[in-house]
Amino acid sequence: MFAEYTASELTSIFAMQGFAGLILFSVFVLMALGLAIIFGQMGVINMAHGEFMILGAYVTYLVSHLFADYMPESLYNSYFLIAMVLAFFVAGALGAFVEWAMIRHLYKRPLDTLLATWGLSLIMQQTYRTVFGAREVGVVLPDWLMGSVQLTDMIEIPINGIFVMILTVVITIGVAIMMQRSRLGKQTRAVVQNRPMAAAVGINTEKVDRLTFALGCGIAGIAGSAFTMIGSTGPTSGQLYIVDTFLVVVFGGAASLLGTVASAFTISQAQSTMEFFLSGSMAKVLTLLTVVGILMLRPEGLFTLKIRR
Amino acid sequence: MLETTKNIGKDFVLSVEGLTVSFDGFKAVNDLSFYVEENEIRVIIGPNGAGKTTVLDLICGRTAATEGSIKFKGKELTKMKEHQIVHTGVGRKFQNPSIYEDLTVFENLELSFPRGHSVFGALFFKRDKEVIEKISEIAAMIFLGDKLGMSADLLSHGQKQWLEIGMLLIQDPELLMLDEPVAGMSVSERKQTADLLHRITKDRSVLVIEHDMQFVAEIADRVTVLHQGKVLSEGSMERVQSDPKVIEVYLGH
Amino acid sequence: MNNITEFIARNRYSHMIILALLLAVVLPLSMDIFRLNLVGKYLTYAFVALGLVLCWGYGGILSLGQGVFFGLGGYCMAMFLKLEASSPENTQIQSTPGIPDFMDWNQITELPWFWEPFHSFGFTLVAVLVVPALFAFIIAVAMFKRRVGGVYFAIITQAIAAILTILIIGQQGYTGGVNGITDLRTLNGWDIRTDSAKYVLYYVNVVLLFACIFIAGFVVKSKLGRLLVAMREREDRVRFSGYDVSNFKIFVFCLAAMISAIGGAMFTLQVGFMSPSFVGIVPSIEMVIFCALGGRLSILGAVYGTLLVNFAKTSFSESFPELWLFAMGALFIGVVMAFPNGLAGIYQTYIEPRLISKKKGYEKEDPKKKDDNPALANPEEEKTHA
Repeated sequence: MFAEYTASELTSIFAMQGFAGLILFSVFVLMALGLAIIFGQMGVINMAHGEFMILGAYVTYLVSHLFADYMPESLYNSYFLIAMVLAFFVAGALGAFVEWAMIRHLYKRPLDTLLATWGLSLIMQQTYRTVFGAREVGVVLPDWLMGSVQLTDMIEIPINGIFVMILTVVITIGVAIMMQRSRLGKQTRAVVQNRPMAAAVGINTEKVDRLTFALGCGIAGIAGSAFTMIGSTGPTSGQLYIVDTFLVVVFGGAASLLGTVASAFTISQAQSTMEFFLSGSMAKVLTLLTVVGILMLRPEGLFTLKIRR
Repeated sequence: MLETTKNIGKDFVLSVEGLTVSFDGFKAVNDLSFYVEENEIRVIIGPNGAGKTTVLDLICGRTAATEGSIKFKGKELTKMKEHQIVHTGVGRKFQNPSIYEDLTVFENLELSFPRGHSVFGALFFKRDKEVIEKISEIAAMIFLGDKLGMSADLLSHGQKQWLEIGMLLIQDPELLMLDEPVAGMSVSERKQTADLLHRITKDRSVLVIEHDMQFVAEIADRVTVLHQGKVLSEGSMERVQSDPKVIEVYLGH
Repeated sequence: MNNITEFIARNRYSHMIILALLLAVVLPLSMDIFRLNLVGKYLTYAFVALGLVLCWGYGGILSLGQGVFFGLGGYCMAMFLKLEASSPENTQIQSTPGIPDFMDWNQITELPWFWEPFHSFGFTLVAVLVVPALFAFIIAVAMFKRRVGGVYFAIITQAIAAILTILIIGQQGYTGGVNGITDLRTLNGWDIRTDSAKYVLYYVNVVLLFACIFIAGFVVKSKLGRLLVAMREREDRVRFSGYDVSNFKIFVFCLAAMISAIGGAMFTLQVGFMSPSFVGIVPSIEMVIFCALGGRLSILGAVYGTLLVNFAKTSFSESFPELWLFAMGALFIGVVMAFPNGLAGIYQTYIEPRLISKKKGYEKEDPKKKDDNPALANPEEEKTHA
């Protein structure tokens, strides 16, 4: 299938598809980060994770409108930062509430959590549809994110894509540092490893659970915020990615953030590279099939070293 | 209790040789060898973390050995799956009572009855006279004769331990492995259990992990002391108790 | 007095008779054929819910991809019907007569090899059962032999549902794409679109459903049923009682797949088409809620749960479509959090004791006492799981 392209064309194709893959990678990583924290650290499957992400996107959309309508035009360029922070706190607060009202009663029944959060996702979707309408909404990008960078005459890279990627890197590093260094991160890991012991040394495990869940949802909110830079938002946009994201997390070996990033990279690159040569749907089928196949052979995930019982 | 030469070819029921298992480099069991004779009651003692439970896990196939061999009646167990090991005649009781709390005592025992272990065997399993008689017999032996219809989660801790022992007995294993069978029992329950063990250990080899020294002295033919995954000492209770190495790490403080 | 005791002892059958009367007499007499056909459609989902009782309720294996097996069964049947509807005479106007219309639209000029055997009705009937069972077998062997279970299994089955949907939609030349296989007319020359055919098919469906209920009942009452419960609780103990746990899981998953596939095939026959919208993630997880509402441990509950949710869905979508998702979401959350044993659990805890005490008013004996004879101990009478 490569025969009909020249070498330089192929290079460009791979570069362009590679870049498209990087955007997909950013979306995967942003979504998977929150999911990996919640699933990897707490063992909870949150099927409504995509809806939390979309919540962040809608918050960004609202903020952009507020700025456009009530603020001087010069400030519009900076709406995004405020929106992102707000998205984090709104999604995080809702996450904390959901943990308190629902998740904490179901910790011993992981399969039931999965069903209950699916129910939650349906409710959230319908809420979005009622409030924002069924049609997808988009934000107007600030000027500095418009346009693209011409690398060679065949390779052209949009600025908003670059921005989202930089954002992804920053957020990932931030989350990694937080899990390693911060008090919450340390407490979370302590609770994961030995809950009774953590409680015995004075960690409020219930509070840690709530904060961890809220943190995961907050990160989903930021992801949603970033998501508005590269696509429009509809009530069901979150659900489109949920299966892929779960595969990313499981494939990466639920407990490690590095694994999550590596697996998001592998899957997104494989998919977008294949997309050029096959139809989009076949590329996706092949990618998912490969991932499922590998998971059947190596259920503990590709990037974990060895798991102890 | 003579420590005679361990001549090869003597019919040991269980021979463990050079057994090693390492978890991420940590050797929980390290080049361990010991032999259990027919109809012998062997007690394994040792401080926490000595690898006692791991040894049982290795024998019954729950943990895969890194190196070494476990031979039971001449058959190599290390390559077998758990259920195959059970079918060669090894029965294992867990440390915490491991019974089916959603089922009745009768059903708990019935599931251990050594028949209908394949999918279709289980599907067309008939609760015939033989099964009912055997279960009644075992239930009487484990002091639960009048509790057959009771849901197992209503039993006391000690009764749950007995039920699990009963589930093993019904399999009629040639090697019975018990992990702390009297842990958490009341004094009277413990006495009953010692009694029970005396009766059921006839005609079979038994491997017991136990902390209760009085209980150990009561039942053991021989004692193996594990320390850091290795055999520290082996022999009769008196011999082990007077072994200075043992006194140092375990008995005396 | 003997009569009453006997009635209680045969209690389970009395519930089954009530359901049979409802499905075979009450509903057909009280509904027009359009509504009855709708009930028939709902009942095809009950097959899936029934399978879920076995593998999820009893076996603890939650599959979020049961739509896959429903769909495979349905597609096998649809392929046969489509070929019959695409005889060369019927398709003269196509550029390649004798192949299904959607293939012609997609510039396919020859029937693909995997369609060929579906000219035979016998082969189709076998395929309806064997194709899904084989597919389930491959998944189950790969997963259960490696001891993958729980949420991982749920996620992977969900991914498989997603993959199959994308594949069906993407390969529209071979599958009819997003519209599915439509315009099905006759079964061996018998027009399935007439009212009389719909009645016949409804009754065939009910009979098959009861056949599956009996099979499921047999499995649950057998030692295998108790083993499933035991495995759900203490998989290790079952292993150390000498059972190869994975084989039992494989069996129950394949059985559930086959039962779902029968439902799929009956769906195609009664509704007249099959499409990927019954295969994917959303229908698959909805079928789980049918089972959960009825009671994940109750075989008959699965049927009632399916009927109730679908009736509610239909009436909601007619009057307040925007409220339906709220109701559905609340149902998921409410059932899981407040009534994990569903309607059957509510019935067993609150309603049944009253019924029995009324009927047995003059007898002092506690109905549960009959468990005392272990030989007659009835596995169905287990306590509800807290």
